[in-house]
Amino acid sequence: MTTASRRRVRRQGRRDGGVPAPLLVPAAVAVVFLVLPLVGLVVRAPWSDLGAQLTDPRVGEALRLSLETATLATLLSLVLGVPLAWVLARSRARGRAVLRALVTVPLVLPPVVGGVALFLVLGRRGLVGQYLDQWFGWTIPFSTTAVVIAETFVAMPFLVISVEGALRAADARFEDAAATLGADRWTTFRRVTLPLIAPGVAAGAVLCWARALGEFGATITFAGNFPGTTQTMPLAVYLALQSDPQAAIVLSLVLLAVSLATLLLLRDRWLGRAGAGP
Amino acid sequence: MLLRTRLALTTAAVLALTSCGGSSTGSTSAGSSSAGSSSASAGGDLSGTLTVFAAASLTEVFGELGDQLEAENPDLTVQFNFAGSSALATQLTEGAPADVFASANEQQMTVVTDAALAEGTPTVFTENVLEIAVPPGNPGDVIGLADFADPDLTLAVCAAAVPCGAAAQAVFADAGITPVPDTEEEDVKAALTKVQLGEVDAALVYATDVQAAGDAVEGIEFPEAEQEVNSYPIAVLAAAPNADAAQAFVDLVRSDTGQQALEAAGFRSP
Repeated sequence: MTTASRRRVRRQGRRDGGVPAPLLVPAAVAVVFLVLPLVGLVVRAPWSDLGAQLTDPRVGEALRLSLETATLATLLSLVLGVPLAWVLARSRARGRAVLRALVTVPLVLPPVVGGVALFLVLGRRGLVGQYLDQWFGWTIPFSTTAVVIAETFVAMPFLVISVEGALRAADARFEDAAATLGADRWTTFRRVTLPLIAPGVAAGAVLCWARALGEFGATITFAGNFPGTTQTMPLAVYLALQSDPQAAIVLSLVLLAVSLATLLLLRDRWLGRAGAGP
Repeated sequence: MLLRTRLALTTAAVLALTSCGGSSTGSTSAGSSSAGSSSASAGGDLSGTLTVFAAASLTEVFGELGDQLEAENPDLTVQFNFAGSSALATQLTEGAPADVFASANEQQMTVVTDAALAEGTPTVFTENVLEIAVPPGNPGDVIGLADFADPDLTLAVCAAAVPCGAAAQAVFADAGITPVPDTEEEDVKAALTKVQLGEVDAALVYATDVQAAGDAVEGIEFPEAEQEVNSYPIAVLAAAPNADAAQAFVDLVRSDTGQQALEAAGFRSP
């Protein structure tokens, strides 16, 4: 079945509107399962404390740090991850399966272990870090840079997998056509492949950003926890939970609201346009 | 006799304690079987599952004592939930089923007693003091608490929200020192890990953590620690599904056997 005819079939199915019962029931269960914990947070939230929490400068600081580091981690993941996804999907090099397994290791690695692993490489006694320290006097742990590195380590595989999927689903004949018309491979990638997979890249970036925003284990291990430098919202939530569970609920809701608002805004402005593509 | 001698040596004695703690381990386990069989839990008639919620710092000692209770009562299974005291207190107030709660400070025990979840009054069964942990060789040349005000050193303390952080804050306040930490760790083991990895020059942890880390870290005692002695209360919970076993475990912890095991791990008798 060609892409065009597949698309026609999908359009027709959409027009019918009805959802088959075997799909409807599990879908409804899934919605309840995913949304109920959220309802729990909203119900138990001490709404009267909300004002005091929101005006607490430390909360603003943690929120700003979270948004900045997650965005930087996403940009870094885009710059490094999209080319990696291309290599995984398009190159014919041997050992691609092994490579794919290796780059998705952070998905299954407990994030705290990831944080320790980053220490062993980039710490001031790490494989690479000891030279950074000796030669340049540059130590990465306990800095905002460390937060971005930890978040990128954990979140980039989400982007790579999404983009690789998009590349595999994209019609390679457009690239072939560009090549026959004389475009070199880099021009083809820029002018043909990238626009084709833009929705996949956008979806991957959103997934990556969301994962980076919620990152806890690798960050608190590798970057530590210091207000203003490395204390992101998930760390602030965890520590609030130790002393003041009510405040932790409020902080969680703030993080949730901000991330939902950002994603919805992006969807309208960016994904909406990409979705209206070919 | 040995015990009394040890208690008499208060401040500069933890290192000495460390060395004789090693030699007393043998006598602890040797003495444990006799003390255990004469204790209230003797007879081996306890059965079912005993669930103990205990502060993370008690992991090693309570594990040993749990094994001992199981050995004496073949039908009994002892389950532990080791975590930060405040996390445990939250779990208990949220309805987690447990028989015994041992907290690393009185504040978190109060959370549980205020919710009327404890049976009777909790008793303090052991004490712990802060100590400075440095990587082997002490690369930052740390000598005392005042070094925590040195901006050139990489330093870890616990976050104020967790017990070791609250104690650290109080010690710094007493000593009139304004610390400049690079990280406020989420629990004491995380702070210790950073010392073990050599990523910080010093961390403020408990004497027991230094003891547990063995050769991986060096401990530096400081006199200001005496200002902030941490008391560990233990209580049988009101809704304990296995109240008999719970009481037997609390008795074992408070017995000579339990106290010797705690001392070997760097704790002090109250």
